[in-house]
Amino acid sequence: MSHEEEQRNISHEKAQKAHKEGRSDKWSNSTISDEELAEAMRQEREELEKTWARPSGVWGWFTDTDHKAIAKRYIVTAFVFFLLGGIEAALMRIQLAFPENHFLNPDRYNQIFTTHGTTMMFLFAVPIMTAFGIYFVPLMVGARDVAFPRLNVYGYFVYLIGGLLLYTGFFLNTGPDAGWFAYVPLSGPAYSPGKRVDIWAQMITFTEISALVGAIIVIGTAFKMRAPGMSINRIPLFVWAQVVTGFMIIFAMPAVMLASSFLASDRLIDTHFFNPAEGGDAILYQHLFWFFGHPEVYIIFIPALGFISPIIVTFARRKIFGYVALVLALISTGFIGFGLWVHHMFATPIPQMGQSFFTAASMMIAIPSGVQIFCWIATLWGSKLNIKTPLLFVLGFFAIFVLGGLTGLMLASVPLDLQIHDTFFVVAHLHYVLIGGAVFPLFGAFYYWFPKWTGRMLSERAGRWNFWLMFIGFTLVFFPMHQLGLNGMPRRVYTYLPETGWGTLNLIASIGAFVLAAGVLVFIVNAIWALRAGIVAGDNPWGADSLEWSIPSPPPNYNFHNIPVVQGRYPIWQATADAPIVRGLNTKKRETLVTSVMDAQPELRFDIPGPSLWPLMVALATAVTFIIGIFTPWAFLVGAILAGITLACWFFADPNYENKHARETGDKSEHVSPRAELQPKEV
Amino acid sequence: MIQITRTIPRLILTLIAALCFASCGGIQNAINPAGPNAQNISSLWWLMFIVCSIVFVLVMIAVLLALRKRTVEAADRVPMLEPSEESERRRRNVVISLTTITVIILFVFLIASYSSGRSLRLNDPTKNGLSIELTGHQWWWEVRYQDVDASNIFTTANEIHIPVGVPVMFSLRGADVIHSFWVPNLAGKKDLIPGKINTIWLQADKPGVYRGQCAEYCGLQHAKMALWVVAEPQEQFNAWRQNQTQQAVQAASDVQKRGQQIFFSTTCVMCHAINGTPAGSNIGPNLTHVGSRHMIAAATLVNTREHMAQWIQNSQTFKPGNKMPQHNLSDADLQALVEYLQSLK
Repeated sequence: MSHEEEQRNISHEKAQKAHKEGRSDKWSNSTISDEELAEAMRQEREELEKTWARPSGVWGWFTDTDHKAIAKRYIVTAFVFFLLGGIEAALMRIQLAFPENHFLNPDRYNQIFTTHGTTMMFLFAVPIMTAFGIYFVPLMVGARDVAFPRLNVYGYFVYLIGGLLLYTGFFLNTGPDAGWFAYVPLSGPAYSPGKRVDIWAQMITFTEISALVGAIIVIGTAFKMRAPGMSINRIPLFVWAQVVTGFMIIFAMPAVMLASSFLASDRLIDTHFFNPAEGGDAILYQHLFWFFGHPEVYIIFIPALGFISPIIVTFARRKIFGYVALVLALISTGFIGFGLWVHHMFATPIPQMGQSFFTAASMMIAIPSGVQIFCWIATLWGSKLNIKTPLLFVLGFFAIFVLGGLTGLMLASVPLDLQIHDTFFVVAHLHYVLIGGAVFPLFGAFYYWFPKWTGRMLSERAGRWNFWLMFIGFTLVFFPMHQLGLNGMPRRVYTYLPETGWGTLNLIASIGAFVLAAGVLVFIVNAIWALRAGIVAGDNPWGADSLEWSIPSPPPNYNFHNIPVVQGRYPIWQATADAPIVRGLNTKKRETLVTSVMDAQPELRFDIPGPSLWPLMVALATAVTFIIGIFTPWAFLVGAILAGITLACWFFADPNYENKHARETGDKSEHVSPRAELQPKEV
Repeated sequence: MIQITRTIPRLILTLIAALCFASCGGIQNAINPAGPNAQNISSLWWLMFIVCSIVFVLVMIAVLLALRKRTVEAADRVPMLEPSEESERRRRNVVISLTTITVIILFVFLIASYSSGRSLRLNDPTKNGLSIELTGHQWWWEVRYQDVDASNIFTTANEIHIPVGVPVMFSLRGADVIHSFWVPNLAGKKDLIPGKINTIWLQADKPGVYRGQCAEYCGLQHAKMALWVVAEPQEQFNAWRQNQTQQAVQAASDVQKRGQQIFFSTTCVMCHAINGTPAGSNIGPNLTHVGSRHMIAAATLVNTREHMAQWIQNSQTFKPGNKMPQHNLSDADLQALVEYLQSLK
């Protein structure tokens, strides 16, 4: 190593150490001794811990607003739904392993495939991606909490209630059975009697409210609560991905709200939005659903792209290649994603000229995806790589997602789509892009960020077993499905005749399903084991860069003792020994810094509300409205009144009522947040 | 006389079909085209498949090459924040070139796709072509052959005959929920949507049997809503069509008469039509010529006496949830009914 490099190493280490201890070199010139400084810092931390203390017990579980706790709840809940969806998939694969199998009757099979799709799309994928945003966006931008902590609690309970609603129906043999997109007229009142589809339609409402809440919180936090110095061109790619996803959610969800509400209305109060016999239109439903449905898959996929960038940067140990291109690729994917929806409807009588536009757009979206893949490969190229499990899953993403994207181009072409639409070819494609594009990066993210959540590392050895079982199992299940689709096997069939010859490939797929399941099981065992016996991780076991790695693992409730002033795109790697920090935030009440959108100039000191019961109450009012709304339209009136009352209580309640410490010692007279300015650099 | 000359070719056809089914599923296969539509799409498929495979292999090679240099050093190696200008420039040029190549490939795909789509449309058949109105029901296909001359119009179910080499225009409707008409060897699929009329044309260039299946989830028996398209030489088709326009064969023997009686005294008459008899309901498939069909229950069971008897008595065993009720006929009654129906050729 040259003298220069040595110097660089030494000053880098010194800077890291000083930065971590929350002081700069400037202090060494002052009259305060090191011991007195350390003592003062320790006292401040104690104060902060009291101010930001989380309520305990059952009561605490219902009122806690700590974004990390809520995010962890989301992740665990979503993972449970993932396992339930996986069990449903295993049941389907058992039924399809042999022709004319009698393991499941058609009614049961139809409920299972509907619930599988609905669970995976609405109850697992979107919430878990939102959860990562809720946990990490504040940490990565240097904030003490999310922008709207109580709204966050509300979002979680609404999601939980929606999931419980669906599964109550399912376990009572009254689960929805019209497919996860529930086309009319099959899902309408004439052909789906009973409450099955109503349960589905109302569950959509819950998950959609929860997603909207998550989006608003992520956007608010990412735009207005960044640490000073984190100008817009220094925002981590993870945060960019979450922001783009947030905007997509805001624009896409209203369409599915319309689709599901019109459907519920047709079923409950005899409207005829979708009834052709009375002037309605069955295709209107498809337009409304897919205007949401296509962006929905990008809502699931784009956060996963945000996982990949930090993992690649950390393991390649160099700055990302093409930051600007990657940001523009994320934004353009989000944008173009809204112009593709008709590619789900090529078999309808929509005029060919109109359909052609969607072929062009569906192919065009491959361009930003391609740019991202090339930039990531360029980042990895030439770097000395230590292939740990997170990187392994990212490599799995490359192999699987690229193949899925290529079959997507085939589906984008109208003539070819007319052969492979609604066949197992599509089933293969969608699982390649969703599992390859979202689940593999998600597992990589689990391995990467588990130490941050829990303070312990997952086992590397088990991680390798996890990866290879999942990769091989996945390939065995879904690769043969391409062939099955071309060989004439349509989707959503509970069985098939032996003469079709589809038995062999189906059997292979079914065997693969159990290999894939074994991989997931290895992960669960790994996680449970690691919680108790994993290697203790320090603050930054991967030597990674973004701000969440500059605080302890697991993070304290207040996240940052001293919010750093960011000096570049790589706050930890680029930290110098005299990096400034933010001082002056109140330690006796919950406060964080609000900064400007473009340059993150400090604007306000912002009061963060503490634990509160009202989000749960509003969630229950919402539940009353939409669950009883399955049975009678009067529920909407009663529910509206209940929601109005509980919301009023929420708005007018003292945000720090639950926070006894803040109440006792906080500066109650100061309800107006004082303006914040950066102190001059000289001490 | 007519029956013998029709039985043998029918048996041969069935045998061929069964063999095809058993070997490679070639009669319900998108990449085994038997007509111009499917051929067109199949060519597009091979183009995209080959190009995409090459792209995939190249990207995988690039990823593997990027993994060349390995290390087991610890995580606190100093990160590279200022890579050399030259290497960054090289990377940029490579990424830009690859992106350009991607755009070019996409344009190639786009043009191939558009031109394929255009040729699927260009060949709109003239008035010499055959015109069929297909209505999808839960869970069977109503087939109505159109003609300028009203006396040539007839309705059948689940089995479509077409002459080889002649374009056939289908007008597609949904009676209850959305279905999708898909005969992969001949063409792509089109949806049958209630309240809308969709159209598709297809043509078979080789005689044979092509199996189609409903491709839009339509409820409990979506999995078993299939149909046969039988492509035959023009003369054979004409003969078949001529026969289909006739009214039902009169019950001749005592057993057949008894069977007809049973048909009229149980639930059968409430849903099924037999032209030339008082049975005129079109809730279920038209049975006027059911005896000459190769398959029953929407191409689920081969049309033998045994299968038909089982189907009538216990339809829910074969297709649980389908709309035909089960029956409790005595053996003799059931046999008579089957005799009668099988005589309706």
